Parts: sequence; C-alpha cells; structure tokens
Amino acid sequence: MCTYQTTTLEMAGSGKGAQGWFAVTGASVYFDHPVHANAEHTLNIDLINPSRGAGARVAMELDPVAARALAEAILETLEAVPPGLLVSARPAGG
Amino acid sequence: MSDAMRAETVQITGHGGDALEAYLAQPLDAAPTGGVVVIHHMPGYDEATKEITRRFAAHGYLAICPNLYTREAPGASPDDAAAAARAGGGVPDERLVGDVGGAVAYLRSFGSSNGKVATIGYCSGGRQSFLAACSLDLDAAVDCYGAFVLASPPEGLGRTVVSLADRVVDLSCPLLGLFGAEDQYPDPAEVGELERLLTEAGKEFEFHTYEGAGHAFFATDRPSYRPEAANEGWQRIWEFFGNHLARR
Repeated sequence: MCTYQTTTLEMAGSGKGAQGWFAVTGASVYFDHPVHANAEHTLNIDLINPSRGAGARVAMELDPVAARALAEAILETLEAVPPGLLVSARPAGG
Repeated sequence: MSDAMRAETVQITGHGGDALEAYLAQPLDAAPTGGVVVIHHMPGYDEATKEITRRFAAHGYLAICPNLYTREAPGASPDDAAAAARAGGGVPDERLVGDVGGAVAYLRSFGSSNGKVATIGYCSGGRQSFLAACSLDLDAAVDCYGAFVLASPPEGLGRTVVSLADRVVDLSCPLLGLFGAEDQYPDPAEVGELERLLTEAGKEFEFHTYEGAGHAFFATDRPSYRPEAANEGWQRIWEFFGNHLARR
C-alpha cells in the first residue's frame, strides 16, 4: 500500500545528489513503495534542502534488513569516535 | 472511425484557481465521448501513470492526469516531486477535490465531450477517487485497492488520513472497486465493510476481489504485478465505463 507515515527532521551537513554537493537542511524517513528498488516497500531516506528545490535531494531506497544494519553501523561509528572529535554545531537531539 | 490520438502536457486550473500541470491524452476522432480523470498514486505523476492515461485515450476516452504535486515541485522529476510533497505533509483532501474538480471541468469543456466524466485511482489514488466521487458530481468512479478509505493508518508517525466512512452517503455515481484478496491494506474485511456501507446507503456499486493478487496488482513495473488479475480488472473497467460514460 502507499503508506502515509513519514518522519521528518532537521538535518545539518552536506549531501551529493544529481546536481552535485549541497547543504542538507532536512531529512525524511519513511517505509513505502520505492521508485527504483525491486521491492514492494523499502526504507526510504531523503536528505533535502527545500530552499534549493525538489531536485536537491539525496535519495535512498533500502531493503529493511539492510536499513537496520545501516542504522546500527551509524550508531556504532558514532560511539567509537575518540573523545573530543565528536563536535557538532547542533545540540544533541536538536 | 479513426484510432489517431494525441498525448501531451497541458495546463489546467485546480483548487484555489492554481495552475496545474497535467497530462492529457485524447482521441482525435471528434465523436462525442466520455472523459476519465486519472489520479496518480503517492510515488507521483510518473511514466507508468502516463501510460495508463494514454490507454484510456486509445480506448476512445478523453483522459487527463493532473500533477497533484505541481505546487510543491514545479518542473521537478516525478520522484523528487513526490518526495517534496511527502516532506511537506502530502496532498490535503480538500485540495485534491478541488484539483480533480478542475480536471473534470476541463474535460467537460471539450467539444468532443459528451459531458460524462469518471475518476480512477490506484492505491492512495483509489481512496482519492472515492473521495472525489463523494464530493463532486461525477458519472462513474473506480477505486483500485485504495487503502484507508475506512480504516485509519496505525498511530504514530506522519499525517493523519481521515476515514471516509461518513462520506459514503454522498457518493454521486456508480462505483467500481477492484481489490486483491491477499492485500492487507485494504484487507477483505475492510472491503466487506465498505460494501456493507454502500448497500446500506442504497448506492450502485460493483466490487471484484481477485485471488492470488495483493496490493498494486495493476502495476506492470512492480513485483506486485499479476497479469491475470490485471487483465480481468481492465475488462471490468472497459465494461463499467462503456455502461456509464457512453452517450445515452
């Protein structure tokens, strides 16, 4: 089915899309029909910057098991960063 | 009688007087004919939906698919536009009705129109086709596996999709519903409940549920494609439109 559930959050950093690198200001995470992946539903992530138009988007369509592995890898990587290196311009959870 | 047709991008007027991009397919034979508004699914105004729009013209109908994401992402690729619309909360029901109403009026303005117009939608478009038929003066409507016509999505993330149970009494035209027996959204129980409400309200409807088919069985570009169910379903659509869109 087309799902309607979408998580949107603010984001900071850069992404490389079809138009090249751009500053990423937001993200959407949702489980829904993919456009390209050969599956009925995938875990989809869009890194976007709406002020630069809809084309400023890094799009991912991931198998749900692979998506979970990616999420865990992200957290493990952050946990393993040496003290003092993990610097963010944004407060945690912000 | 000629089988020549033309398909092209046009501009129509939608909700709030807004300009909308739309894909029009029309038979060039000037004989009076009915019209079909094709409501695209959440992934957007894409190649597969344009193919469906052309199919209706090949069968002798005026057909148009409004780009429901024109406002969010003018000129964007269909998948980028769908993502932008999703990030912004999706298409509100009131706006959808206004946009479909604009498409209906556009088709009825053709010299070759016999005044009769139907809507057809797939998946989220199926729910929207039903909503349009409960909100506008139409001659027929087709709901292909529309999820959340009655039920609501699970609690949690993202926007709320309103149940249309109390709109059944407003259905303005005969309704054709095509569903897969293995579909979970909508599942056979929800389809059965919709049938009950339609019967109670004295509405004219015809539902078909196909064994061995789940959600999106018409989608030729997805693993869900089921040729047997899709071929049967198209036959039901041609018969239904033949009965309700022909000039009398």
